Amino acid sequence: MFQLKKLSAAMALALAAAGAQAQVSGGVVKIGVLNDMSSLYADIGGPGSVTAARMAVEDFMKSSKSKLKVEVVSADHQNKPDVGSAIARQWYDSDGVDAIFDVPTSSVALAVNQVTRDKGKAFLVTGAASSDLTGKACSPNTIHWLYDTWMLANGTGSAIVKTGGDTWFFITADYAFGHALERDTAEVVKKNGGKVLGAVRHPLNTQDFSSFLLQAQSSKAKIIGLANAGGDTINSIKQAAEFGIVKGGQNLAGLLVFITDVHGLGLNTAQGLILTEAWYWDLNDSSRAWAKRFAAQNNNKYPSMDHAGVYSAVLHYLKAVAALNSDDGTKVIAQMKKTPTDDPLFGKGRIREDGRKLHDVYLFEVKKPAESKGPYDYYKVRAKIPADQAFRPEKEGGCSLVK
Amino acid sequence: MTEIFGIPTQALFGQLLIGLINGSFYALLSLGLAVIFGLLNIINFTHGAQYMLGAFCAYLLLNKLGVGYWWSLAAAPLIVGALGVAIERLMLKQLYKLDHLYGLLLTFGLALIIQGVFRNEYGSSGQPYPIPQELTGSRNLGFMFLPIYRAWVIVVSLVVCLGTWFVIEKTKLGAYLRAATENPQLVQAFGINVPLMITLTYGFGVALAAFAGVMAAPIYQVSPQMGSDLIIVVFAVVVIGGMGSIMGSILTGFGLGVIEGLTKVFYPEASNTVIFIIMVLVLLVRPAGLFGAQK
Amino acid sequence: MRHQKIAFVLMVAFFALAPLVLYPVFLMKVMCFALFACAFNLLIGFGGLLSFGHAMFLGTAGYATAHAAKVWGFPTELAILFGTFCSFLLGIVTGALAIRRQGIYFAMITLALAQMLFFFYLQAPFTGGEDGIQAVPRGRLFGLLDLGNIWNMYLTVALVFLGGFLLVFRIIYSPFGHVLQAIRENEPRAISLGYNTTMYKFLAYVISATLAGLAGATKAIVFQLASLTDVHWTMSGEVVLITLLGGMGTVFGPVVGALVIITMENYLAQLGAWVTVVQGAIFVLCVLTFRRGIVGEIANLIRKPL
Repeated sequence: MFQLKKLSAAMALALAAAGAQAQVSGGVVKIGVLNDMSSLYADIGGPGSVTAARMAVEDFMKSSKSKLKVEVVSADHQNKPDVGSAIARQWYDSDGVDAIFDVPTSSVALAVNQVTRDKGKAFLVTGAASSDLTGKACSPNTIHWLYDTWMLANGTGSAIVKTGGDTWFFITADYAFGHALERDTAEVVKKNGGKVLGAVRHPLNTQDFSSFLLQAQSSKAKIIGLANAGGDTINSIKQAAEFGIVKGGQNLAGLLVFITDVHGLGLNTAQGLILTEAWYWDLNDSSRAWAKRFAAQNNNKYPSMDHAGVYSAVLHYLKAVAALNSDDGTKVIAQMKKTPTDDPLFGKGRIREDGRKLHDVYLFEVKKPAESKGPYDYYKVRAKIPADQAFRPEKEGGCSLVK
Repeated sequence: MTEIFGIPTQALFGQLLIGLINGSFYALLSLGLAVIFGLLNIINFTHGAQYMLGAFCAYLLLNKLGVGYWWSLAAAPLIVGALGVAIERLMLKQLYKLDHLYGLLLTFGLALIIQGVFRNEYGSSGQPYPIPQELTGSRNLGFMFLPIYRAWVIVVSLVVCLGTWFVIEKTKLGAYLRAATENPQLVQAFGINVPLMITLTYGFGVALAAFAGVMAAPIYQVSPQMGSDLIIVVFAVVVIGGMGSIMGSILTGFGLGVIEGLTKVFYPEASNTVIFIIMVLVLLVRPAGLFGAQK
Repeated sequence: MRHQKIAFVLMVAFFALAPLVLYPVFLMKVMCFALFACAFNLLIGFGGLLSFGHAMFLGTAGYATAHAAKVWGFPTELAILFGTFCSFLLGIVTGALAIRRQGIYFAMITLALAQMLFFFYLQAPFTGGEDGIQAVPRGRLFGLLDLGNIWNMYLTVALVFLGGFLLVFRIIYSPFGHVLQAIRENEPRAISLGYNTTMYKFLAYVISATLAGLAGATKAIVFQLASLTDVHWTMSGEVVLITLLGGMGTVFGPVVGALVIITMENYLAQLGAWVTVVQGAIFVLCVLTFRRGIVGEIANLIRKPL
């Protein structure tokens, strides 16, 4: 008798607990897209990422016929860690946001990474590059979705060294991303027998690169590695032409270049640039179809790999939330790691314990103006780097989650 | 390859050139500030925003009306100068009887408004502005590549600065201006329309800033932020040169530009702060500035 | 005095009850900026000296506290004291340089000194440059109170703010404060009465710097972050705006100003750069037509000091 009572009481409690756990907080799954909406990275992510997130929510609701209520909010972090972390904190504490997506600018991403960990939410970072996010700053609440500095160094860096570019000088954006990219690329250069002759750091969002380019020129390095992104890369490349850098026999290596940057430079200036990206709209039929849908909602501007990354991350996130019927950050991230990924843009892939998502990446070369059939037709594929070689081996990152 | 002090000549002369170019902008801008301060006793914090307006004027003239660089060099200063006249008439005039600090605060507020409006429209990144056809290209001088446009900037700045100095120090108009600074009532009693002179002087100072903006457009990107960090360096230049001295600000502007350029060669980490360090040193030794008169 | 007592009670009641309705972290930010502005107001409102570089004290204390708490493992209260002390030292050094000049020159010199410090912090490795010092631990106050709990943190900040506010109040109405105001009104006469005006101004400057540092140190613990934003000249401009809008030379002006400006920034944040435009517009309007500021106008209406 007693046993039965105890058992049924225990069962009732267990059921109640299970029921209470498996619930979506506030009845709504709130997704926050946090990125640079107005400055040098605004074209790479910006409002386009919000569009991509909304597309993913629509497609998920249609295909899964789920009963979940999903909302998308967005904010501009202005590339400042204090602004970004304050927004993240407020979103988590008082606005009911469950997961944050995008966040370019590694210094902000690292700050949001910390806040997300403290509050047990979820952070799917597509925009930022620092490989520390799956290394010493790795967290059970964060997945580094799209690309990172190690991948870029081993894609672009390695390819350039192998074709004879064995002396390097870096022009580096002076924050977490630039430092990480310079560090990872310098390692690749040295591993392949090359030498790093020097480096100069410039503030984020610099307009005038003349002094830094002159220093690069006087180093006589064969390759000037641009460890910066967005508007900074565009300015460096444009101004290099003024100072006769390429005419003087040196070559520029854009270590992180997005298709939106090539669009800003124009093919005349950008032709021949070698770069590594994780996605391009013209790779296959399903990526083309999605890009056209996206462009229709985005002022005819084609998607960058960041936009594709946000779409893919939101889809996989919602699948995990639906499977668990919960938006508890730590649990959802664990579920996302357990489930292999599959979406129309990146195909099949998986997420490692350290939070690194794996997919194939591509080495591209920018077409000559004559080879391009229209706007955004900018790349030809030079090589495909398979997923298991593209990213840093799990054991080498120094992540505490990896046993 | 030749070396001077262990630095290859290409690097040295290249950085010196960039130093002279920066110095040209420092000189032009501090000249405008010195002119305004000398006569109105107002620190024109809006100067950086007016510089930016000049650059945007050139950009908009080109992209909306197809008006090229050469016309913009004349048109932008006139347009922005007119705006300056409006600011003086409508707002600054009311502050002359008050503590001078209010003028500083007003112009600071105006700078925020102007920069904010443009940042809203154009974001923080720069808009491209092409170097005028006639000035593109660079000349290979052997020890360095000299971009022709940048040489042009140095020459024009020198001409404009010296021209302004000449007008103020050596002509009758300049004499009236200087007299009005010392004793406005007396000069007014002589029949000179002092308020009009003050208004036009402010307009001229602003026009100088806008002129510098047009010159800057092809080199530095046209961005809403372009004036805001520059203006503080220019303030330091004006303090070093002596707040009311015209020749002081010209010489100090060019000189500090060169010093900054040299610092970039020998000790790049200090290049941002060297002007401020010099300012502190000058203030310790000569509180009125290098060329300023003890007030 | 009675009106001031009433105002003080109202202020304490507001900060005691508001966190039940409003987001506590937002209110803590208001309190930190209110303390910062009170310190600034001591210098401009009562000393007549416009410092355009006050951010250097906020930011220096922030970096010092963050570094002490995170890297050296200082207990929280010592980290805050350390940060405040660093601003105190900075106040002495910069004060010695700047105090010789008056009016516009003083403003320009403080601006340039602050900018010099900004570039130094941009380069110095310990500040983390653009990244800032992140993940600063909240710690336990006096080893007992876990500041990770939002209410403990709020109580601590409120006590620091009220303590600083009362200290400023005491200084204003002390003999020192009266001499300071006399110097502001007419320095030559004060000199002729035998006062060492330079020393008085210097002391006011250092006190202002130290209290601004206290605000910065506390802020670094609340937000667990010290960044370049706190040493940028726009931050110096912001504290001028807050004090101007609230009412220069009033006791409660800085607090009201902080509340209004921080609230406005919070609500307009989605509109991006419009915040800057509104700030500029407030500056212009205040200088042209509203020089007494909010509290100043109220004080003028009731004809009693506030």
